[in-house]
Amino acid sequence: MSITGSAIGTDKRGIRELGGEEKLGWDEVEQGVVLSSFDGSTENAAFLKPEEREYSDFNSYTATVASWRIIKPVYNRDICIDCQNCWVWCPDTSIISRDKQMLGIDYDHCKGCGVCVEVCPTNPKSLLMFNEASDNDAELAGWPVKEKKEK
Amino acid sequence: MANEYELNDVEVWDGNFAASQALRQAQVDVVAAYPITPSTPIVEGYGGYVANGYVDGEFVMVESEHAAMSGCIGASAAGGRVATATSSQGFALMAEVLYQASGMRLPIVLTVVNRALASPLNVRGDHSDMYLGRDSGWIQIDAFNAQEAYDLPLCAFKIGEHLDVRLPVMVHQDGFTTSHKAQNVYPMKDQIAYNFIGKFVPVDEMLDFTRPVTHGAQTEEDWHYEHKAKQHKALMDSRTVIDDVFAKFKELTGREYKRVETYMMEDAEVALVLLGSSVETAVLAAKQLRDEEGIKVGIVAPRCLRPFPYDLIRDALDTTSLKAVCCLDKSAPGGAMGALFNEVSAAAYTTKARPLMSNYIYGLGGRDFAVDEAKRIMKEQVAHANAGHITTDIQQFSGLRGPKLGFFQTRRG
Repeated sequence: MSITGSAIGTDKRGIRELGGEEKLGWDEVEQGVVLSSFDGSTENAAFLKPEEREYSDFNSYTATVASWRIIKPVYNRDICIDCQNCWVWCPDTSIISRDKQMLGIDYDHCKGCGVCVEVCPTNPKSLLMFNEASDNDAELAGWPVKEKKEK
Repeated sequence: MANEYELNDVEVWDGNFAASQALRQAQVDVVAAYPITPSTPIVEGYGGYVANGYVDGEFVMVESEHAAMSGCIGASAAGGRVATATSSQGFALMAEVLYQASGMRLPIVLTVVNRALASPLNVRGDHSDMYLGRDSGWIQIDAFNAQEAYDLPLCAFKIGEHLDVRLPVMVHQDGFTTSHKAQNVYPMKDQIAYNFIGKFVPVDEMLDFTRPVTHGAQTEEDWHYEHKAKQHKALMDSRTVIDDVFAKFKELTGREYKRVETYMMEDAEVALVLLGSSVETAVLAAKQLRDEEGIKVGIVAPRCLRPFPYDLIRDALDTTSLKAVCCLDKSAPGGAMGALFNEVSAAAYTTKARPLMSNYIYGLGGRDFAVDEAKRIMKEQVAHANAGHITTDIQQFSGLRGPKLGFFQTRRG
C-alpha cells in the first residue's frame, strides 16, 4: 500500500494481507490461542515509535486491511493547523502524528469511516473523503477554497 | 504468609466444608464467586479463611455466575491460582464462560455441587449440571463422599496446572447427599497438602510485562479447527497425568483413586454403571446380593467423566463372565438414551463379551435411590442374562410414580 508520511526501513506496518500469515498445523499452533505481540525484545517498547517496534505476525500492526475500505480520507498539509483533533478521534489510530505534527494517514488500517473529516475544524477542511480509486495528487490539486460564512 | 489451620487427624466435615478446606490448603490466589444452593458454603468458607488470615488470597464478589467465571478467567490469565464453586442454575449461567476457560487453557478449579436444573425449580441433587458440562472441554472428576470432596480438589490443582495439561478441572459432588452430610474426613496438614500441589507456575501470564500477549483471540475457519483439535488432544492426553497424580496421592495418603473405580468386577456376571453418591449405595447392594443370594454383581463407577475413560471402561467390561450391564443416568435425558448409557455402550461394543446393555433413569430432583431398588435392578440384569436378551424396555425409569414408562425393545430375529 502507498504510505503517506515517512516510513522507516524496518517498519513492519501492513507487510502482509490479513489472513496471509503462514498456516500452522494443530501441533504447531500456540496453546490457548495466546498471541505474542512482539517477535524480539520488548525492552522500552512503550518508548519506541510503532515503526521501530518488532511486531510479530500476530499483531494487527503488521496486517493490512486496506481492502476493507471503499472511500478514503485525503490529507492536505497546506491547510492543516496540527490541532490533533483527527488523531484524538480516529477509532483505528490511523492518523500518524509525531511531536504534535500531523504526518498523514495510515492507509493500511484506515477503514474510511470519515470521522477525521467530520472533526476537522479548518475552512476548507484539511481532510476530505474521496473514492478509494481516486488519485490523491489530483484531488489535492482540485481542493475546495475557503467558504464565506453566510450572514 | 497465611496462618496455619489446626486440624485433627480425623475431622467431621460435610462435603462443602471439605472442599473449602482443600481450596484453603491450595492457597488459592483468587476466588470470584456468586452464591447458590447447595454449593455456597464452599466459597463462603474460603471468604472466611481470607478474612481470618488463613489464606493469602482475594475474594471477589460478583453479580452473577457468568461474572464469577469471567473473573476467574481474568485472574487465571493474569497468572494466579484460581478456583470457584457453583451448582445448577449458576452452572448453567456459567456455561458460556466455561468454554472460554478451557479454550484459553486456564487451569481453574471449579467445585460443582450437583443439583437438578429447572424447570420445575429444585434445589436437590441430580446430575443435570454435571452432564451440562460434559462438552465444555474441562476435566471432570467426581467425588462420591466427603473425604473425596477434600482429596480430589487437591488432585485437581495438580492435574490442571501440570505443564502438559493446562486445562480447567471440575470436581463434582452430589448436592446434599455429599455436600451437607457430615462424615469422617482425614485431612493432611497444611504444609503437606500445599507441597503436594506445589507452587503455581504461571504460563503466558498477562502480568509478565516483558512479554505482552493477547488472550482470547478470535479465529475463523482458517485457525479455529486446529486450536480445538490441539485442545482436545490435551484433554485426551491428560489421562496419563491424572493417573500419575492419583498414584502420587496414594503414596502420600494411602487413599487410591482411579479414572474408573471398579468393585467386584473380577467374576461379575451382571454389573451396574453409575456416578456420584449412588455408587456407595450400589456397592452395598451388590455385597448384600452376593451374600444373600450368591448373585455375582459388580459395580463400575467412572471417577473421571471427562476425559471419558473409554479405555478403562472397556477394560472393566471386557470379562468373559459378564452378561448384562445396566447404566444408570441421574439426569433427565431430554429425548435420548441416558448419556452415560450411550458412552459406556460405545466402549462395551468394542469388547469381546459384548454384554447386554440397558439404561435406567433415576433419582431426578433428589428422588431417593435406596439399596432395595438397586437390588431389584441388579436382579433384572440377571433375568436379562438368563434369557440371553433384554427382557424389559431398554430405557426404564426407577422410582417413578404412575404407569410404567419405558422406551425401545431388543429386536430379535
